[in-house]
Amino acid sequence: MDYEIETTMTLNGTQVTRRIAARTHLVDFLREEMGLTGSHAGCEHGVCGACTLRVNGDIVRGCLTLAVACNGKTIDTIEGVSDSGEAAEMQHAFHERNALQCGFCTPGMIMCAIDLVKNKPAAKREEIREYISGNYCRCTGYHAIVDAIEAVLISKQRLGGKS
Amino acid sequence: MSQDIVNSTTTTPVAPVVDRPLQAPGTRPQTGYIGKSEPRANAKRLLQGRGSYTDDLRFPRLAQVAYFRSPHAHAKIKKLDLSKARVAPGVIAVVDGYAVRDICSPWMGVLSHLKGIRSPLQFPLAIERARWQGEPVAAVVAETRAQAEDARDLVEAEWEELPVVVDMRDALAGQTVIHEELGDNICFHRELDTGEVDAAFAKADCVVEESYSFGRHTGVCLEPRIILADYNAGEHSLTVHHNTQSPHMMQQLFAKHFDIPEANIQVIAKDVGGGFGIKVHTYPDEMCTVALSIMLRRPVKFVADRMESMVSDIHAREHRVKIRLAADKAGNILAFDLDDLTAIGPYSVYPRTSGIEGNQVVNLTGGPYKHKQYRAKLDAVFTNKNVTCQYRAVGHPIAAAVTEGIVDAAAIKLGIDPAEFRRRNLIRDDAYPYTFPSGIRFEKLSHHKCLDKLLEIMDYPALRAEQAALRKKGIHRGIGLASIIEVTSPSAAFYGVGGAPISAQDGATLRLDVSGMVTVLCGVTEQGQGTDAIFGQIAATAVGVSLDKVRVLTGDTRVTPYGGGTWASRGAGIGGEAVLQSGKALKSNILDVAAAMLNVKKVTLDIIDNTIIDTTTGEKKLPLAEVGRVAYFRPDTLPMNFQSELTVTRHFVPREYAFTFANGVQGSLVEVDPDTGFIKMLKHWCVGDCGTVINPLLVDEQTRGGIVQGIGGAMFEECMYDERGQMLNANLADYLVPMSFEMPDIVTAHIETPTKTSELGAKGAGENGTAGAPAAIMNAINDALLPFNAKVRDMPFTPERVLKALGKV
Ligand code: FES
Ligand code: FES
Repeated sequence: MDYEIETTMTLNGTQVTRRIAARTHLVDFLREEMGLTGSHAGCEHGVCGACTLRVNGDIVRGCLTLAVACNGKTIDTIEGVSDSGEAAEMQHAFHERNALQCGFCTPGMIMCAIDLVKNKPAAKREEIREYISGNYCRCTGYHAIVDAIEAVLISKQRLGGKS
Repeated sequence: MSQDIVNSTTTTPVAPVVDRPLQAPGTRPQTGYIGKSEPRANAKRLLQGRGSYTDDLRFPRLAQVAYFRSPHAHAKIKKLDLSKARVAPGVIAVVDGYAVRDICSPWMGVLSHLKGIRSPLQFPLAIERARWQGEPVAAVVAETRAQAEDARDLVEAEWEELPVVVDMRDALAGQTVIHEELGDNICFHRELDTGEVDAAFAKADCVVEESYSFGRHTGVCLEPRIILADYNAGEHSLTVHHNTQSPHMMQQLFAKHFDIPEANIQVIAKDVGGGFGIKVHTYPDEMCTVALSIMLRRPVKFVADRMESMVSDIHAREHRVKIRLAADKAGNILAFDLDDLTAIGPYSVYPRTSGIEGNQVVNLTGGPYKHKQYRAKLDAVFTNKNVTCQYRAVGHPIAAAVTEGIVDAAAIKLGIDPAEFRRRNLIRDDAYPYTFPSGIRFEKLSHHKCLDKLLEIMDYPALRAEQAALRKKGIHRGIGLASIIEVTSPSAAFYGVGGAPISAQDGATLRLDVSGMVTVLCGVTEQGQGTDAIFGQIAATAVGVSLDKVRVLTGDTRVTPYGGGTWASRGAGIGGEAVLQSGKALKSNILDVAAAMLNVKKVTLDIIDNTIIDTTTGEKKLPLAEVGRVAYFRPDTLPMNFQSELTVTRHFVPREYAFTFANGVQGSLVEVDPDTGFIKMLKHWCVGDCGTVINPLLVDEQTRGGIVQGIGGAMFEECMYDERGQMLNANLADYLVPMSFEMPDIVTAHIETPTKTSELGAKGAGENGTAGAPAAIMNAINDALLPFNAKVRDMPFTPERVLKALGKV
């Protein structure tokens, strides 16, 4: 039998406690145990970024993070940032510019994009391209994604300038 | 002269091409949402992580399967010991090829119109022998995926390694034969000759010859292949949740190979994480998963992990091509002569075959040009690598790269600018309909308009001037052009005539709901291209409702009309036209009801903006919701003998032409560092003509995504094998997929030459980008290397290959 460890985390604002097999990675735990299917597994070896989510405020590869290692930590998934409205502006910008096709990379891409807004509010196209390079998209040409993120940054800068 | 041309099979008389405007003559033009950049309604749930991909579904008593795959490229299975795996925790069943063979009949990937194509029978699990590394050999079913994978590691096999055939030239030479019963390694051979080719070369002032090679790629859909089969013994029925591009085709194949009536089989594809042609084939592990559900009488799911995707999703490309071009001194192309060798793995993939890609190279090479002489030879050979089959833009990137590469070579030899050389040789825009030497018929293309537009948006003269100035400073930029043709919206000539159970037609059902909303059901499927969105736009336009009133449902064999699904850029051209015709019929039926309600003549009424109006006064008569209410709830108030028909279905298949050709041209600007061999893609341009553009927002990013996939093949992607047939980079860290940082901004523009074979006028737009990008990039790199008298010819163009071309390593 798998060795299980009792783990408590704050998941999208709610505290949850579960016994989790030590080898289970965070995305499997979220998808299989918590029914949060928004985080996707595209490679499960840390390359594609489809599993991108937030642990203690920083984006990580959910497939390279063991669920039991999140004891005492705060986890935010695409479902959380959607329901709280945190990602709404970015999601709107993606929608307007068709910055997604199949949508499989999209939750990870959105998590990365809102992280960029926080960490690099003045990023130019080239820097946006670099920042999201850990997130593969096989459908779009990345161009629309860069457009969407750029639009959010510009609108934030404009608002910031006014205040 | 051989004329076994796939697309010249239509010999029955067909209706003449007629001009069909979107509106009847005299009516006020009402294009509604056609041509409008409307964001996709179905994208919102995906943005919130609330899609329904196959792996998101939850089922009671679901079992999961993991596959034990051959570690060898070619080996005899001497012993397979499943006993340890069978007693591992959570294990439900462990089976080998013999057990599954009784449930699922074998298949053979041949089609009668590809004359002479051969392939052995293929089984869900290898029996006696494995013929590629990654071929499934045993299946382990357990309560959870982790348990299935644990137990899989307990399968013990004893192998006797056999000689492998890895290089396609060895395969052709045939020293080692993979399938003894076939006698040699040739799967498919084709020759085409218009005659007079040697004469054309003999009289030519300029003859150029090049050899190109193309690496193997694979599709890397970000969502891997997933199938969840649920057999119900009580009614001998099968429900399959499958991220397939073609649910009805799979329904046929399941019916045939599991001996279940087609009507008892439902195939459902909800959200699908990318297709690109990867998810439109018969995979042994998927067939085996269905067999296991039948054997175990419970739902069984298979999710390919990325490592096994790399050795089991179809691969594509891998060609070696020799091409010659003859031209006169005025710069007119006289003839092309092509020799293509391609390696397809140990089996031709069922049911589309692995002969189509090479066949397309033969059909399409030289496609944009007006030469008269053409000769081509193709050999598709078996090797002990993973199978290859149709991946996005099937054959086009190869045909385009060899054509455009040799065209540039000729232009350079003749001292003519590549843009000017194309201008002299592209088929004139007023020359249509046109029959190309390979036998293909083009209805109407716009090569010159597209080229003019491209040169304008690139500002070609300025780029050339800048290039010359920078060269003096030791900065080496290159400009590459590539004109292409694109097969879209195929008729039955592609597969049906060869015996494949693949529908060329598609249907659409439209229903007026009580509230005045419209529901659309269509056999075309969605993998993110935006098919649902454009069907909504077309339906709204045809019926006269606003876009927010339309709901679209695709991807379910039980509820949608019969159709082929999504492949070969057929969604807009075929599915879209079915939606349009169905929408017009529904509108007419709605007006019948309204006329009966209002007791006026139908011709006096129209539907605009969800409302029945009087056509002469423009007066609003009834909201559509009132028509729905009366038709469904108060039919007693309508005249005796009147029946409302508020659900209609229409079908469409192109008849006049075998394929609805689209065309386009791309431009690439790169900078090559001659010291490191690194190539920076600075910018890319594409002008496409997909006929009527239904939604520019979607077409533009679809085009860009296609270009990036084409760039992937040209610059990064290659399934690398060693001499023992082991794939060396079967993971995403080593198999390089384009990332945003390396990709240039991509400028798109459109020329619209609507096809007259449908009222909608749409041609396909899905593969143009992938078709032309490698050619444009190659020409740009070689343009940059021109001062060094160096040239790259082997894709992908790695820094090492650039340095080799420069003689530096
Ligand atoms: S699934 Fe985690 S990086 Fe790909
Ligand atoms: S939208 Fe399909 S992978 Fe990004």
